[in-house]
Amino acid sequence: MTDEKPSLSQRLQPLMREAKRLSAIGWALTRHWLGIAARETWIVLKRLPIASYSFARALANADYAQRLTDLYIDGASSLPLATSATPVRVPQPAPQPTAVLQEAGPDSALVLLSLLQKEGRFLDFLQEEVASYQDHEVGAAARVVHEGCQRVLNEHLSIAPVRAEAEGSQVTLNRGFDPAAERPTGHVVGEPPFTGALVHRGWRAVEVRLPQVASSRDVRILAPAEVEL
Amino acid sequence: MSARYAIGIDLGTTHSALSYVETAKCEGEEVDQSILRIPQLTAAGSVEDRPLLPSFLYLPHPDEHKPGDLTLPWGGDPTRLIGEHARRQGLTTPIRLVSSAKSWLCHPDVDRKAAILPPEVPADVPQISPFEASVLYLSHLREAWNGVHPYDPLDEQDVTVTVPASFDPAARELTAEAAKAVGIENLVLLEEPQAALYSWVNDSVGRWRHDVKVGDIILVVDVGGGTSDFSLIAVTEQDGALELTRIAVGEHILLGGDNMDLTLAHVVKQKLKQTGVELDRWQLQALTHGCRVAKEALLADAELKSVPIVVPSRGAKLIGGSIRTELTQDEVTTTLINGFFPEVSVDERPAQRARGALTKVGLPFAQDPAVTRHLAAFLSKQAGATEDLDGFVEHAHWASFLHPTAVLFNGGVFNAEVLRERVLQVLNQWLSAEDAPPARLLEAHDMDLAVARGAAFYAYARNHGGVRIRGGTSHSYYVGIERSMPAIPGMEPELHALCVVPFGLEEGSEPVMPPQEFGLVVGEPVRFRFFGSSVRREDQVGDLLEEWSADELEELEEIQTSLPADKLKRSEVVPVRLQAAVSEVGTLELTAIPTNAKPDAEASDWRVSFNTRGAGGEPDND
Repeated sequence: MTDEKPSLSQRLQPLMREAKRLSAIGWALTRHWLGIAARETWIVLKRLPIASYSFARALANADYAQRLTDLYIDGASSLPLATSATPVRVPQPAPQPTAVLQEAGPDSALVLLSLLQKEGRFLDFLQEEVASYQDHEVGAAARVVHEGCQRVLNEHLSIAPVRAEAEGSQVTLNRGFDPAAERPTGHVVGEPPFTGALVHRGWRAVEVRLPQVASSRDVRILAPAEVEL
Repeated sequence: MSARYAIGIDLGTTHSALSYVETAKCEGEEVDQSILRIPQLTAAGSVEDRPLLPSFLYLPHPDEHKPGDLTLPWGGDPTRLIGEHARRQGLTTPIRLVSSAKSWLCHPDVDRKAAILPPEVPADVPQISPFEASVLYLSHLREAWNGVHPYDPLDEQDVTVTVPASFDPAARELTAEAAKAVGIENLVLLEEPQAALYSWVNDSVGRWRHDVKVGDIILVVDVGGGTSDFSLIAVTEQDGALELTRIAVGEHILLGGDNMDLTLAHVVKQKLKQTGVELDRWQLQALTHGCRVAKEALLADAELKSVPIVVPSRGAKLIGGSIRTELTQDEVTTTLINGFFPEVSVDERPAQRARGALTKVGLPFAQDPAVTRHLAAFLSKQAGATEDLDGFVEHAHWASFLHPTAVLFNGGVFNAEVLRERVLQVLNQWLSAEDAPPARLLEAHDMDLAVARGAAFYAYARNHGGVRIRGGTSHSYYVGIERSMPAIPGMEPELHALCVVPFGLEEGSEPVMPPQEFGLVVGEPVRFRFFGSSVRREDQVGDLLEEWSADELEELEEIQTSLPADKLKRSEVVPVRLQAAVSEVGTLELTAIPTNAKPDAEASDWRVSFNTRGAGGEPDND
């Protein structure tokens, strides 16, 4: 004894209904997003005339280009540029929010300190009272510190002068110079470019190669106590 | 299909390094090398990438570090520390430090696979074998490589591992076995002085063909941290193209830069002692470090009269507790230049002191510190090294030593120009005494990394065409045969030496087999006395030597074999012949082949193994 099987079309009917419903929803969604895309494109396209105009005129007219440049720089005067050597860079036109003050993380500092101590006895030297010693005694210890700490610097940092010129030579700070990298002192008046004598060449850490630190390590231990058994 | 990278590994006594080239980016002899920066612990909980991996292994006490502080990028084994941190830990806790494992690997009197390092330690300090240490250094390099090249793991690349030219067949085989143990499949061994020359060829970018000419003999002097290694390489011609042929290698000399620093430290220590200052072990180490820095400054600038050295106090009081002294130019000249590189005449030989009967098991350090005297001995011994080479005949018959025409220096010691000049000057004195033209200096760069770079160049050149140094085996090898004669009380039976491997047997060439047969008892281990000679170039396979002079043949460790009893009847005497071949890897393989063997028998069953278990050790029963 067997039940009569429903025909194939009967079995497919509910499926077809479901498919129609889904395609209707899909079409509605597509139209919705296409609409948004079209609007956005139109908003951008509306800016096209002024963009092409200023591009063409800046190329043709030096004064206009200078005005545009000034506009940008004034708009971002608090934004430091990478170096004065690079040509003026175009920063964000939006006004800058004041920088958020945050404490420097102690970990890298502690790792570097422990390296300076390990190689150059840096902490031992600074923590010791020097007043009671003769200069030659302090000098002898300073050799240990100098040799070791210099090795740490060479191994873990690449340090280069900010200005390559010899100290004492005349240098020029162009408009838009980075005040963090080059600091004008003395008679600071008027508009850049400033010209003056290079007093200190400055130092820049070009590269930092600190060791990777295991998460389990207590970086607050700068040097372990040693117990000889 | 060839691998993507060609890799050279310098498995050094004091430092290891890995250099590599990407084969697709190379063109002819223009090979662009990169040095792998090797992550290693530099302090507890701190990992840094360094170009060199100090070959030191430290076995820490379980409570010595916090768990987790010994983690490497790939995890790592916290009971086996390798690299800079291991070296530093060993300065203060030497009983847990394994150092110079490579020198132990070719120590004839110890079992190289037994846990003997560090030697002579308290009962609860763990020990490992020299072989295991080599495996661990290689696996550290493998993990470092795989971390940077996860899609091109080390075991799929073409790898060259360097060994001292003076390594005997057993030590070479152990090195190859260690490399196989970490999964390196495409392995070749290369002698370090050859690697140094390849590095020079690599640096010259093809110009080397103008710098040397046919008839040149290049002397490679390689003085590393722990060993000195000499090789002679001749420039020959084949079908109009220049070829390099290694014609001789020196003996294994445990003498290197570390001896020099230690010697200077002892000089300064004695000086301090006269002023009433005694140094403890820790301070002596600090002094050794100070001396190394001062030495480099003094050697670099002859005008400098002296360099101050400060031995820091161990405690936190740095200014109050430090000891100030100095190393003078005179001290460096007398101890270093006159002590290690004295002006000697070419007929002088290194002093040999009879060893005390009760010496502790230690490394057989060279007893004469004079590198120049070892060099004189080497060149004199090899006076006839070019006799068989075309175009070199005029040298041989009247010279008392082999006349090199060019010198290539390698090893950290020769970073000091003064020392390079000194060796060259001494050599040129010997040459001018025999009216020979002075030897030229071949300019080498980067002496610490040259071996790794040369090895990578070789790994590349081997598969992609390029200059190859030929040479084959650096020795001829013999088995000792007792002559049958009536027993005479108090007399040892006369010994003959049967040549089984001729000089210069090249890798991958046809196996050779002397016609003589031996009777082997099935199922019982059989040992042969084994000899090597670096000077008897003319002996052919099957030649039976009845007498030889003492410095011609050097007895090596015994070789042994055992015919398995499953294929043959136990205690049956089977006639065998000894077959010798040099594998593609560069190791010597001896096989005992029964002369009545069935054709389907596998030759590997009768492999003759080198005894790496020390004198009197039990044969391998596995």
